[in-house]
Amino acid sequence: MKLQVHGRTAQVYTGGKAFDAALPCLVFVHGALHDHSVWTLLARWFAHHGHGVLAVDLPAHGGSEGPPCTDVESGADWLLALLDAAGVRRAALAGHSLGSLIALEAAARAPERATRLVMIGCTFPMKVSEALLTTARERPWAAIDMVNAFSISTHAAKPSYPGPGMWLHGSNRALMRRTLAAGGTTEGRNLFEVDFAVCDRYRGGLDAAARVACPVTMVLGEADQMTPARSTRDLAAALKARVRQLPSGHHLMAEQPDEMLAAVRQALE
Amino acid sequence: MAGPSDPGFDTLALHAGAAPDPATGARAVPLHLSTSFVFRSSEHAASLFNMEASGHVYSRISNPTNAVLEERIAALEGGSGAIAVASGQAALHLAVATLAGAGHHVVASSALYGGSHNLLAYTLPRFGVQVSFVKPADIDGWRAAIRPETRLLFGETLGNPGLDVLDIPTVSAIAHEHGLPLLVDSTFTTPWLMKPFDHGADLVYHSATKFLCGHGTVVGGLLVDSGQFDWVRSGRFPELAAPYSGFHGMVFSDESTVGGFLLRARREGLRDFGACMSPHTAWLILQGIETLPLRMARHVENTRKVVAYLDAHAMVRQVGYPELASHASHVLASRLLPRGCGAVFSFDLAGDRRQGQAFIEALKIFSHLANVGDCRSLVIHPASTTHFRMDDAALAAAGIGPGTIRLSIGLEDPDDLIADLDRALRAAEKAGGRRA
Repeated sequence: MKLQVHGRTAQVYTGGKAFDAALPCLVFVHGALHDHSVWTLLARWFAHHGHGVLAVDLPAHGGSEGPPCTDVESGADWLLALLDAAGVRRAALAGHSLGSLIALEAAARAPERATRLVMIGCTFPMKVSEALLTTARERPWAAIDMVNAFSISTHAAKPSYPGPGMWLHGSNRALMRRTLAAGGTTEGRNLFEVDFAVCDRYRGGLDAAARVACPVTMVLGEADQMTPARSTRDLAAALKARVRQLPSGHHLMAEQPDEMLAAVRQALE
Repeated sequence: MAGPSDPGFDTLALHAGAAPDPATGARAVPLHLSTSFVFRSSEHAASLFNMEASGHVYSRISNPTNAVLEERIAALEGGSGAIAVASGQAALHLAVATLAGAGHHVVASSALYGGSHNLLAYTLPRFGVQVSFVKPADIDGWRAAIRPETRLLFGETLGNPGLDVLDIPTVSAIAHEHGLPLLVDSTFTTPWLMKPFDHGADLVYHSATKFLCGHGTVVGGLLVDSGQFDWVRSGRFPELAAPYSGFHGMVFSDESTVGGFLLRARREGLRDFGACMSPHTAWLILQGIETLPLRMARHVENTRKVVAYLDAHAMVRQVGYPELASHASHVLASRLLPRGCGAVFSFDLAGDRRQGQAFIEALKIFSHLANVGDCRSLVIHPASTTHFRMDDAALAAAGIGPGTIRLSIGLEDPDDLIADLDRALRAAEKAGGRRA
């Protein structure tokens, strides 16, 4: 469905079922150069099991109008405004990678509105190497290949996401290329640079953690090279988070869709 | 900055989509000869049917062995995913049927495999899909043939049997100008020789019966999606971008930004038309793909030697191989096919039909049959076999003469192949002398 947020159109995937604001709401926030489609299986399951689901396309991603958010804080403000537009007062917030930081910041800015926080493939600080940022600027397709290889830990992710016959490396690369192409440029920077700079520059993670009031679950990949599980200790401690590790790389929703469903169901209990 | 990327082609040919079987430890891909798969619970069953979970239900729709093959060809092509089907013809039909229906239109190259020509020229119009044929090198013709109701442009990487090289960068650009995808039959080239997605194609299919299987044992097809075509922005494909009442009102492009085409093709096309691939076939094609890089290198190496021999022979009027400067697609082939132009080509005997028959019947290593891409060398006379339904004008449009002979060069010792051809050419020459 489409919503108007800060005067611009935001595209939201509702899990294959009309959104009902009266149901417990679950919000999914994707990561860099992604869109709502990384959540398809989870979104469909929860939408058909008693939840109102909002899998958002962040500004300038997927079907949402730009410009993109240039810091985590503005992303969090946008997300809370989107909840207003959808008529949702309280929601569980689940985010992946960049989206996990936006969800964290939103839960900190409006602790009374977050019923649960689920941070997937996350860490803080989420530093991005200068070399990768340079490659993203000069040769974005090469940078996509690098991130793709870093993000996926197997050449046989089963069951294939979102269904049989899909090749995770190829589908993730295609999604990032399309998102990059459609995202345009912001002050001379392509969307890859913008998204990864947002991750890199966020400094408020531990301060935000101190303000979060809801139960927090972190779902981490044992083989994640983008946001290594060992690097989350300080954030997990600050959030008093329940930490669950899965045999996966960074792209947990696609590498381990069944385990991710179990993890998010447990997080919402 | 140097950094990680996907493994190379040879590694993907062995590993993509497969890992040691977690249940048994089997290192080779297990053959799952099972029609159906047990649900873990009623909830799991409902989740699979409603696409809330990924998995296998019934082997007409998907199968674990087939899924490995699908992922592997997608990896080798640089695509987002693939569907294994019963034959190359089934792959072409699935692609067209997913995107076009009654009232729609396809623009196709005129240089096509005879079976593809039959489907497009005779069968599809019976179901309301009209087709315009364009010479593959006629770039203005491609553009001029597009109509408001066009849904697809289609050609072969190497046109059968004249080996006209499709100018994929140019034709795909024309397609994209009009919000249309380009479908390419890449059977003759395989991803080892060319990856059409790198040049702008949107969909690729193979008759996997040929080089991918490589051993002349099973019939199968593979349809691969690049994931790059924006079905929503095009505005021409409500089949993918609007609710489909045949599957819970699903909007396939919403469910998967890069996999909407494959979702619809599987959940409608395989479900309803049923042209699925046997898992046994998938397993055999996987065995073939594991050695594809080695075989293709040898196929091309042998072909170059045979082409050089024939090109210098007095009984040969002309050899149609794009690596020769005399071929109309030579310049394009140099750009798009630097690794070689495959192992299937045609030549014209300097003789009449009777001499042509003498040639074929004198061959001992080359087998006279209707196939290509076998590890064994093959020979056929297209005008009387694969393209016999085409009239003279259509034959000429496809670059085929009445004396054209098509060879598919296998993996035998090249000296033995040349000796076999030499004997057959002498027999053809002798047959001409007897007549005189």
